[in-house]
Amino acid sequence: MDDVAIYAYQIGLSFAIFILISLGLAVIFGMMRVINLAQGEFLMLGAYFCTLITKAGVDLWISFFLAALAVGVFGMIVERVMIRYLYGRILDTLLATWGLSLFLVGGVTTIFGPQSESVAATLGQVTVGAFGISLYNLVVIAFALALLLGTYALWRYTRFGLVVRGTMQNPAMAAALGVNTGLVYTLTFGFGSAITGLAGAVLAPIVGAAPPMGVFFIGKAFITVISAGHLPLLGTISASGLYGVIDGVVAYISSSVIGEMTVLFVAIILLRLLPLGITGRMRRGI
Amino acid sequence: MAFNRREFVKAASGAIVLASAPFVLKRAGIAAEEPIRIGNILDKSGGLNIYSLKQMQALAMTVEEINKAGGLIGRPIELLFYDSQSDNQFNSKYATDAMVKDKVKVIHGGITSSSREVMRPIVDKFKGLLFYNSLYEGGVCDRRHVSTGMVPAQQLAPLIEYMVKEKGGKKGYILAADYNYGHITSKWMQKFIRDHGGEDLAVEFFPLDVTNFAPAISRIQAAKPDVVWSALVGGAHIAFYRQFEATIGKKNMMLASSTYGVGLEQLQLSPEEGDGIVVATSFIDSLPTAKDFIAKFKAFSGDQSYVGEYGEYGARGLLIWAEAVRQANSAEPDAVIEALAKGGVKVNGAGGLYSVDGQTNHTTMDIHLVVGNKSQSFDLIRSFEQRPPSDTQMVCDLNKNPNDAQQYEIKL
Repeated sequence: MDDVAIYAYQIGLSFAIFILISLGLAVIFGMMRVINLAQGEFLMLGAYFCTLITKAGVDLWISFFLAALAVGVFGMIVERVMIRYLYGRILDTLLATWGLSLFLVGGVTTIFGPQSESVAATLGQVTVGAFGISLYNLVVIAFALALLLGTYALWRYTRFGLVVRGTMQNPAMAAALGVNTGLVYTLTFGFGSAITGLAGAVLAPIVGAAPPMGVFFIGKAFITVISAGHLPLLGTISASGLYGVIDGVVAYISSSVIGEMTVLFVAIILLRLLPLGITGRMRRGI
Repeated sequence: MAFNRREFVKAASGAIVLASAPFVLKRAGIAAEEPIRIGNILDKSGGLNIYSLKQMQALAMTVEEINKAGGLIGRPIELLFYDSQSDNQFNSKYATDAMVKDKVKVIHGGITSSSREVMRPIVDKFKGLLFYNSLYEGGVCDRRHVSTGMVPAQQLAPLIEYMVKEKGGKKGYILAADYNYGHITSKWMQKFIRDHGGEDLAVEFFPLDVTNFAPAISRIQAAKPDVVWSALVGGAHIAFYRQFEATIGKKNMMLASSTYGVGLEQLQLSPEEGDGIVVATSFIDSLPTAKDFIAKFKAFSGDQSYVGEYGEYGARGLLIWAEAVRQANSAEPDAVIEALAKGGVKVNGAGGLYSVDGQTNHTTMDIHLVVGNKSQSFDLIRSFEQRPPSDTQMVCDLNKNPNDAQQYEIKL
């Protein structure tokens, strides 16, 4: 029984981390086709905003949402002044966002110093047999699931979601029907940034906030979203599920090194067999 | 990464030398002398910069002090800084640049053992001299390499004896970074634990970008050790100390480390997360011998926070090299190596007496057993005076084999 619980916990946490680091990219790259190399730094900004706001005396749970809001606004500004001019120019986007990523790392280092900042979330722990499980890690899993459901509901059941999906499929037609596509692009990019910021904030009590932290996550985020294929949400869920199970189980049974290696190995095989990603052959869905 | 800081630093240090020239001329009449050019290759950026930032400044401060006092053997020192960006590829590039293009007399630098092993063959090839100012796993036997930091026989032997014999930490669980430092250090940990009648339950390695330690923590809980030994390295691995405190907690299990504190981890964790971690180090800010250095460093850098061992290494490395240059009366690498081989290079530094052992080019120093406290600093448990680098001395004799240029590794 303990074993089942501990496996469920490892898989759940691993899945949650994959979801958190890749959901924002699923919107920005999966839907908008913007290769955002500064995605890891958006995560880092979320973590920094969270630690700063918490240090200013705000409750941790509220600071999560303020951090998301702040990164969302930052994302909209970035879209307005930079990304806007680069739609469809993949190589240029790549360079521009890489530059942005360097700029953000340098900027944050200059302002806050190179050391990492931490924010305490001491919720205590629950005991399962011989194992103590950090309650906060369970909160992380809950956040990941809530974020997933929220995003799905937004895309699937709201008028805004419908307009966004329509605009991404055919911007010219959307514009002809009276949609302000420029605004839709800005809002979508902002939404992707906001959920990335939220993810960074939620991860901050576990991993801290440090200028170079983006690079720890960016690779995994891209692997997940590329494996996902053209249906960003469904694909990200399945890819995170697959890699989460592998990483959770293998890292627990053997070691973190083997866990990471197995994930990368499976990713290579998967993309060889399904070059268009897991959802490559699906016709419908989001 | 396209910023060329090196050019900037070169220009800036040149400007400083130029600006201070008339002053130095008046003082010592040496401005006309050709400067001694030295290189410092450290990680100003990237995930490993927590180890480098204070060391760079301490080294620059020491160069400035020597220059103000009239230079070294009558010549000013010109310092070139290269940012290796936490990426070994840049260590290789800049070591080559420093040797071939800039023709430096000595390279100070390298943090990780892998970065050292990238630079050492280059320095050997161009007949230079490398000062590696960092604690490491021991065993490098090369007359063109000088280690000024701690090796396992100095650091781990007293630490592990204390934990196993006095604190009753018989069963150990070892976590280490997944590169040569972690692999070799974990073997030394196993050896010392077994030597003192303890038992090593498991050894686990982590790539430098791992931040999720939940699987390891569950395995530790299943294995039930008395002590968790950490040789974890870098910014990502700090997450382990947070997650350990949130799950197992140091009140239930002891935590000791060969690397904790060297990256100023205690300032980045909450007081509770850092309280009670036991480490052995060759320098803490509160040493009586350190007062002067700490005051000067804080004034020089404008940074009032804890300085720590890796900051002091910068000053230590340069002072030891400068003393060897004085004894050789030359900055040429081969002459300095000759002087070091005689075994008389001794410096009274901020952490006590440092003397370079001519047989191995490693440094004998005082070691301090300390424990993290609630004010994000360390309390001294006890000190061990003048510990020799005996692990490396067992396998390396540069006087007998001057052409040796390899790293000996421990076998279990």
